[in-house]
Amino acid sequence: MQSAALARSARLAWWAGLAVLAAAPFIGLYPIFMMNALCFAIFACAFNLLLGFTGLLSFGHAAYFGAAAYVTGWLVRTAGWSPELGVIAGTVLAGLIGLAVGLIAIRRQGIYFAMITLAMAQMVYFVWLQAPFTGGEDGLQGVPRGTLFGFIPLASDVTLYYVVLAVFVAVFLFIVRVVHSPYGQVLKAIRENEPRAVSLGYDVDRYKLLAFVLSTALAGLAGSMKTLVLGFATLSDAHWSLSGEVVLMALLGGLGTFAGPVLGAFTIIGLQNFLADRVGAWVTVIIGAIFVVCVVAFRRGFVGELLAWQQRRGKQAD
Amino acid sequence: MNLKKIPTACALAAAALFTAATPVQAQISGDVIKIGIITDMAGVYGDIDGMGGVEAIRMAIADMGGAINGKKVEVLYAEHQNKADVAAAKAREWFDTQGLDMLIGGTNSGTALAMAKVASEKKKPFLVVGAASSALTNDQCSPYTVHWAYDTVALAKGTGSAVVKAGGKTWYFLTADYAFGAALQADVSTVVKAAGGTVVGSVKHPLSASDFSSFLLQAQASKAQILGMANAGGDTINTIKAANEFGITKTMKLAGLLVFINDIHSLGLKTTQGMYLTDSWYWNQSAETRAWGRRFFEKFKRMPSSVQAGDYSAALQYLKAVKATNSDDADKVLEQMRKTPINDVFAKGGFIRADGRMVHDMYLMQVKAPEQSNEPWDYYNVVETLKGEAAWTTKADTKCPLWK
Amino acid sequence: MEILGIPLQAFLGQLMLGLVNGSFYAMLSLGLAVIFGLLGIVNFAHGALYMIGAYVAWMSLEYFGLNYWFALVLAPLVVGALGVVIERTLLKRLYKIDPIYGLLLTFGLALIAEGVFRDQFGVSGQQYPVPELLQGATNLGFMVLPNYRAFVVFASLLVCLATWWVIERTRLGSYLRAGTENPALVQAFGVNVPMMVMLTYAAGAGLAALAGVLAAPVIQVTPLMGSNLIIVVFAVVVIGGMGSILGSILTGLVLGIVEGLTKVFYPEASSVVVFVIMAIVLMIRPAGLFGKEA
Repeated sequence: MQSAALARSARLAWWAGLAVLAAAPFIGLYPIFMMNALCFAIFACAFNLLLGFTGLLSFGHAAYFGAAAYVTGWLVRTAGWSPELGVIAGTVLAGLIGLAVGLIAIRRQGIYFAMITLAMAQMVYFVWLQAPFTGGEDGLQGVPRGTLFGFIPLASDVTLYYVVLAVFVAVFLFIVRVVHSPYGQVLKAIRENEPRAVSLGYDVDRYKLLAFVLSTALAGLAGSMKTLVLGFATLSDAHWSLSGEVVLMALLGGLGTFAGPVLGAFTIIGLQNFLADRVGAWVTVIIGAIFVVCVVAFRRGFVGELLAWQQRRGKQAD
Repeated sequence: MNLKKIPTACALAAAALFTAATPVQAQISGDVIKIGIITDMAGVYGDIDGMGGVEAIRMAIADMGGAINGKKVEVLYAEHQNKADVAAAKAREWFDTQGLDMLIGGTNSGTALAMAKVASEKKKPFLVVGAASSALTNDQCSPYTVHWAYDTVALAKGTGSAVVKAGGKTWYFLTADYAFGAALQADVSTVVKAAGGTVVGSVKHPLSASDFSSFLLQAQASKAQILGMANAGGDTINTIKAANEFGITKTMKLAGLLVFINDIHSLGLKTTQGMYLTDSWYWNQSAETRAWGRRFFEKFKRMPSSVQAGDYSAALQYLKAVKATNSDDADKVLEQMRKTPINDVFAKGGFIRADGRMVHDMYLMQVKAPEQSNEPWDYYNVVETLKGEAAWTTKADTKCPLWK
Repeated sequence: MEILGIPLQAFLGQLMLGLVNGSFYAMLSLGLAVIFGLLGIVNFAHGALYMIGAYVAWMSLEYFGLNYWFALVLAPLVVGALGVVIERTLLKRLYKIDPIYGLLLTFGLALIAEGVFRDQFGVSGQQYPVPELLQGATNLGFMVLPNYRAFVVFASLLVCLATWWVIERTRLGSYLRAGTENPALVQAFGVNVPMMVMLTYAAGAGLAALAGVLAAPVIQVTPLMGSNLIIVVFAVVVIGGMGSILGSILTGLVLGIVEGLTKVFYPEASSVVVFVIMAIVLMIRPAGLFGKEA
């Protein structure tokens, strides 16, 4: 009885949220900001697939975001590829780099895994720094938006916004599908008790590697889309501070939930946007403080805490 | 639908409402003229432009009476942290949501190139004051970019020529690894080779590197006569300090290819005396510049750099053109600016060329010895004036399609 | 004279600089290894503590006129005290849960520290003069070596060896090592384990601060000096074997030298070489060169 009512209000709220997103350009929200936030939401969801649902902390996830951002930027600008091919190429490349890193890192567990991914990401970063095509400190500028599939011109912010929104919804649903699938169940088992999963006969490393590659590819997708939106790719997209930020987005929103990373992404991007002009360097301090508070007292994040509160309320009502 | 979907929706709704606190699509400003400046405030180039630049723009607004034909004038400013993406995103946001009418480019060529693209897309004037790369009026030229103060070609023709003439035939470059350093190294190399010198080698260092020792050792190993420092601001200061520390100055002469008065002030005359540098403006050149310099000094307790004077001039000339055409339409104002000769404290007889270059005199100067200096900030002797077109890219060399 | 096409002067000069860098890597990775080995915390704030140590030195000179030699003692004490506060208020809560939270917490602390100092001091950095006693340079023939850099090498080697000796060869060290393996048992023997843990973190922080003071005259004192270094230090610790004290020291020195040599032959690769080595080491010996299998 409780769950039926809850499920109904859930559905309502779900549609309401989607409606707001769909109407965003017309209710006065700045499309560039929204698109940026959506790209980071994709990034955070991809990251959450790895940490929240598989239990692997990759502390260098920006490497894949940045790699795809650069590759897509270069393909679309210099090689003249159309945007959808550029994005696909970026995504695939990010996945391949993820495969390479994963093969090296997956042997190790927990904290070692995190440090190795961080160091590997740093290596990729320095490659981008040196590679002439990225433009180094200047970044890869002037990436045109082109026409999608040959007939949808993306120059208009509003058109591009709906494309980005569509991609976001697709990624979101994909992740939900993966998590609910039998494969996703095994991932959950690995997260909760890896030795037991091994004893049950699962090739744990293969599962983890696939999750890693999926996560990095989707992170790449986010990076590619971001390049199209903003028209450039720079070193910030591959810097380890971005890796840290995406962890915070997932953590703040709620690890292991679906809405959490989205909420976390919007919050952090919104905060940065809102505060950057007003408080300058204190943005970093605030981000750091949120990290500390989250780890010490708010580990379940917004959505996690909300869920826990609901369950507590549910128990009381019963 | 399971329980997890409530939070999804609440989350999305809340997030959307939250983001309502963020920038909103605005109408183009009808009543206010907005000038924006995006520059390095706290980083390696912070002193050269920074808040001093903002102050200089305010002085220009004040000198125009604070309002043009009844419309108030406002300054927006932001820090780009020497990151091209931050600069470009901020510029785009200002154009889209704040109704920005004119953008002034601060230091750092990478950011300037990025902002030039945004301004050109939005069809708004972009007056670059702080950045150096000659590409802004060459292969990256645009009808909306005006390069106001100085550029790497002028620096090369000034300092580069002077050092070669004084006997520096073999060069080794220590270059800041981004657009500016590359442009400066390229332009100076051209001048050096044309004057019969040779470039023995070069090494790139990251922007705001902390330790130059290993790069300097490489420079020393090349046995070149001249160490060309294709960097600026804090990087140049640190290079000079490290060069002294490692005894590099005993075997090589240091050529500061872009040096501002703030750098000399930081290092002191003892260390820098005799050094050649090329600049677009010096506060102690004439009665008019002295007066303006002291005005700035009162507010800021520091003498203005040429970039800060350039900020003033760019803002002033823009506002004059807005007044004359009674419009903030970019094309009309730019056309007016191109028609009008520039005569203010920054430049005399200056004009904007078809490629966007603001042509004016440049000055080759030499740093005074400590005993020659009469007061604080009295640091330079003007050795030579590069008049008008002599300092800049020539029509034969340009790749800009706007100037053919 | 030439080695592999490079003049001997350049070669030895870069080697020397590499040794100096290596000393910093060794000191910092030592502190990191101590904290990780004995506490199980990956202290991402290590770079920030190093930076704060340098700033304490700068501030004590700028505001109080206390010279370098005071700073060498003062900075580790101040930062060590800060370490005590951090451990008592924050880290203590995380020992029982997944170690990634320790990493994330210290990451957050690093951001806070960097942001505060960046707001106060800007990014371009403060100059810190070389102490008079160590000024000047010695002409070694193949290069002019500033005396201060030679001092840095000696000082850090001394500190590293002293720390290693305390941990591996003294009774206090044995308590520490035992306390991390089996705290309950050691506590039952009457040793105050929580106090030891707290002091260990403080000592690690102090080590970082000491490195910061040593570094101050060499590179500028900037809020970013820690974050620029910390990831390389992580790589060093991973290569050396997390938890191995001796491993970190040796690896730090060797890697500094390798980096210096790379600058001679292939300068563009110098920033990547440490990570490439890390990838190779991990493929051959996943636990690191001197590490014990986790």
